[in-house]
Amino acid sequence: MSKPIVATASLAGCFGCHMSLLDIDDRILQLIDLVEFHKSPVDDIKKFTKMCDVGIIEGGCCNSENVENLRDFRKNCKILVALGECAIMGGLPAMRNDIPVKECLEEAYLGSPTIDPKDPKIIPNDDDIPMILDRVYPLHEIVKIDYFLPGCPPRADLIWEALLTLATGKELNIPYEVFKFD
Amino acid sequence: MGNIAEVVSKAVESYQKDPTRLLDVIRDVQDALGQVSDEAIVQIGHLMNLSKVDVEGVVTFYHFFSKSPVGKYTVYLNNSAVAVMMGRGAIAKAFEKEVGCSFGSLSEDGKIGLYDTSCIGMNDQEPAAIINGVVFTNLTEKRVKELVTGMKAGRNVSDMVKDLGDGNNQSELVKSMVKNNIRQRGSVLFAPYESGSALRKAVAGTPEDVINEIKNAELRGRGGAGFPTGMKWDFCRRAQGERHYVVCNADEGEPGTFKDRVILTEIPEMLFEGMAVAGYAVGAAEGILYLRAEYMYLKKFLEKVLDDLRKKNILGKNAGGKTGFDFDVKIQMGAGAYICGEESALIQSAEGKRGEPRNRPPFPVQRGYGGYPTTVNNVETLCAVSRIMVEGGKWFASMGTVQSRGMKLLSVSGDCDKPGIYEVEWGITLEQLLKTVGGSGAQAVVIGGPSGTIVGKEAFGKKVCYQELGTGGSVIVISKKRNLLEIVHNFMEFFIEESCGWCVPCRAGNVIITNKLEKIMAGNGTKTDLAELESWCKIVKGMSRCGLGQTSPNPIATTIANFRSLYEEKLKKVEYETGFDLLKSVQESCKVANRKPKIEGH
Repeated sequence: MSKPIVATASLAGCFGCHMSLLDIDDRILQLIDLVEFHKSPVDDIKKFTKMCDVGIIEGGCCNSENVENLRDFRKNCKILVALGECAIMGGLPAMRNDIPVKECLEEAYLGSPTIDPKDPKIIPNDDDIPMILDRVYPLHEIVKIDYFLPGCPPRADLIWEALLTLATGKELNIPYEVFKFD
Repeated sequence: MGNIAEVVSKAVESYQKDPTRLLDVIRDVQDALGQVSDEAIVQIGHLMNLSKVDVEGVVTFYHFFSKSPVGKYTVYLNNSAVAVMMGRGAIAKAFEKEVGCSFGSLSEDGKIGLYDTSCIGMNDQEPAAIINGVVFTNLTEKRVKELVTGMKAGRNVSDMVKDLGDGNNQSELVKSMVKNNIRQRGSVLFAPYESGSALRKAVAGTPEDVINEIKNAELRGRGGAGFPTGMKWDFCRRAQGERHYVVCNADEGEPGTFKDRVILTEIPEMLFEGMAVAGYAVGAAEGILYLRAEYMYLKKFLEKVLDDLRKKNILGKNAGGKTGFDFDVKIQMGAGAYICGEESALIQSAEGKRGEPRNRPPFPVQRGYGGYPTTVNNVETLCAVSRIMVEGGKWFASMGTVQSRGMKLLSVSGDCDKPGIYEVEWGITLEQLLKTVGGSGAQAVVIGGPSGTIVGKEAFGKKVCYQELGTGGSVIVISKKRNLLEIVHNFMEFFIEESCGWCVPCRAGNVIITNKLEKIMAGNGTKTDLAELESWCKIVKGMSRCGLGQTSPNPIATTIANFRSLYEEKLKKVEYETGFDLLKSVQESCKVANRKPKIEGH
């Protein structure tokens, strides 16, 4: 049997979950033996060229590009995993959800203390720039998500065990303490 | 800004800088200035020796306090489910048209503010609004026009009340258009009662005798939870403390409940006497009536009743003629917060703080008001106490069912011919009740308010009592022409609004639940969504800190149980359905940035 193919992405996240993935330390060598990485910041493959078994996504959706990316993952991955608080609940970026988008954009581009008064006051609107969503969405509100790994970031042990389980089909064996946070 | 300083110092002085009177201070400032600005907050804190945050925390907690101006005239229009059923929508539109601003805002000239408010205890005469403390019921579009014209002309709000209600609503001190709507009188509350007779009997025996009599009556709390009153008093009496307190919970905020309003209007003597009996039983010298802000219009009248009782020596030194038993009652006003019906939150609020529930233990009977042992009892419970003192526990216990003795006041509203107050024996079936109130043929009945149960036809044979269908008094009849899910949605919005925000399961959970409900109502739900909705209900109920969150999912949980098909027929038969619409979600940001939404390829 060929190795399971894994793809990963960070949407509206901070890459902290990916950092936590690297925290599996030397087990990463075992991981390389176990799976093949496809589209991912880990190997910098930009586009899907084949169907993947597992897609792991960090971060929620704050703009149209996130949505496009997420839908692309859903199309190209058999199993989709939401990794970490932002992917599951929106996380820190979702703190803007109670503030009208207009206020957020005006604060960032028109009223911020770091704006150079000589610059033209404009909210960026080039067509190449992703469009901001009305609020930050958790992944499962946009596409079907199969599994959720909680944490900010999820602990390396949790990610490792979950990946191992998905790759080998063995039973998930994680003590409660690994995903209990208070 | 000399004015602010003057108003604040006058308010603070009139309550002798007593921090437990912070709500009263803030109310005086709010009434005088139409807002409690940052400057006023700083000055209140400075003069009362409280931190700015303490004062600001209280100002922002309560619905009837506001940091921003709410106008010379402030209209609070009830948005409870029954108000909506009775035509609240058209009334709101009429207000908006006449005033020229939308709900949640202030007119351009700053004169009139329009705001929503949770149930104001007038469900039997909706649509209703409170304008500057004055209640206007049975509103029509024509009436709204008159009111707004009057406000624009600068008329005094109380002068705009035309016809007065019945009974004591006509009293010089009340002068309200509220109607009592007492439809059925029973032998406990609305039978003839001789003022003073209960306390006389009580003080003739020992406090233990009184507690035993209440235990013999098997009286249970009438607020909804049904805790045995005698046991509560016993705990309170035995608890160590320099002083003990009796607090009467007159914060009936459960949508659809208005029985306490009628008790307070018609038989307050019986209530205050019940408080004196409680005071004698638990060893308290002071009683506090915590009155919800919505019933402010009754305050002067109740003060007068208290004065009369003092003159008759039912209150005061050697109360009831018992040497050494001193007992008096003061009234503490709330300021608009459903959560303050929860006893520990009520105590916090009565102490002049944010109405957030406390951790228990210690229970209020151990450490309550001011840290002293306190018994918190419902208005109706304390009235029943007076009757039990006169007629005896055995007499009381001969009525009702095994675990629900005596009679119960029901506030009936919604789709029935005769909404109002019914004093019934516990154990009446829903069917009998519906027949009495003229609500046969109902699709559903909400019993116990939103935090209670919503039942359908299959349950109409069940009895109203703690073992079958318990209630604090709220009964809302819903006819077949109503969309039940919309009513459920209204209830959930109520809980979101009224959650104190202290614990996450309640603060965030109710929003999550409501979003799920909306997804299903919009036709975007799947089987998984329904299953998730059910499990969220369990999480919020199981993990919330107080009774609010422990019951807030009930409208959904009980309708899923009793009206499952209403949900199922809305589900899409697919494995997953997103409720997400990309084009819609980028509209706002594109408009602000002045660009055209382009979603091809997404």
